[in-house]
Amino acid sequence: MEIFLTYLKVFAVGGFVCMLGQILINKTKMSSARILVLYMLIGALLEVCGAFEPIKKFAGSGVTIPIMGFGSNLAKGAIEGAKQNGMLGAITGGLSSVAAGLTVVIVCGFVFGLISRSRSKKI
Amino acid sequence: MIDRKEYQDYVSKNAPKSPMVRTLVAAFIVGGIICCIGEGIGDIIKLIFKDMSEKDVAIWESCIMIFLGSFFTALGLYDKLGHYAGGGSIIPITGFANSVISPAMEYNREGVFFGICAKMFVIAGPIIVFGVTVSFFIGFISYFVV
Repeated sequence: MEIFLTYLKVFAVGGFVCMLGQILINKTKMSSARILVLYMLIGALLEVCGAFEPIKKFAGSGVTIPIMGFGSNLAKGAIEGAKQNGMLGAITGGLSSVAAGLTVVIVCGFVFGLISRSRSKKI
Repeated sequence: MIDRKEYQDYVSKNAPKSPMVRTLVAAFIVGGIICCIGEGIGDIIKLIFKDMSEKDVAIWESCIMIFLGSFFTALGLYDKLGHYAGGGSIIPITGFANSVISPAMEYNREGVFFGICAKMFVIAGPIIVFGVTVSFFIGFISYFVV
């Protein structure tokens, strides 16, 4: 029962976040790059305000799997780095906290780009 | 000749409208399911590696989700999903992976250097640039404030 409730929360919050994005797409015809940047900045802003941790405790992957989690990781890494290593930590902290994700994206992009051709866009 | 305003009216009248309710429901359901898959992967990792810290689990979880997103993009399935789900497939981290792998596949006929490697970041470039710049300024400010 407990686990069902957890997944319900993840589903509801994650779905809600994506639905807000869809409203933006429908109303403003924003391209996907702008939407992703906007959400990432919202994530960073929430992290700076300190609002991201309580939401994360409530919804788990519902907010960390959307790109907001990426933004919040960047902000969190920079803040923690500044606390621990001073100025150098502020410079290196952000990227080093998302290094794993970026590396996987780049490696996957290169490998799949080599082995797979784009299908014709018939949907 | 028609003036600017008339033309804009004409465009907004004739541009294809995405049906509001159907797209919202699709985005909600698909986005929710993708987040649940992420949570499920996190739970499985916790079951297998019991002494892994919460932070490492989250990192592995997003790595696996990125891999899955790029794998299904390479199979051509993710774009089909995106056609129905819109925002539900763009906003999760799998959509970020899709935005990298899609152009890489698209441009591989232009060669490895200027095709795959250069065009890979056509959509994801702004995200990384904005993210790194913002994180630098956040770190810079918090160095002086804290």
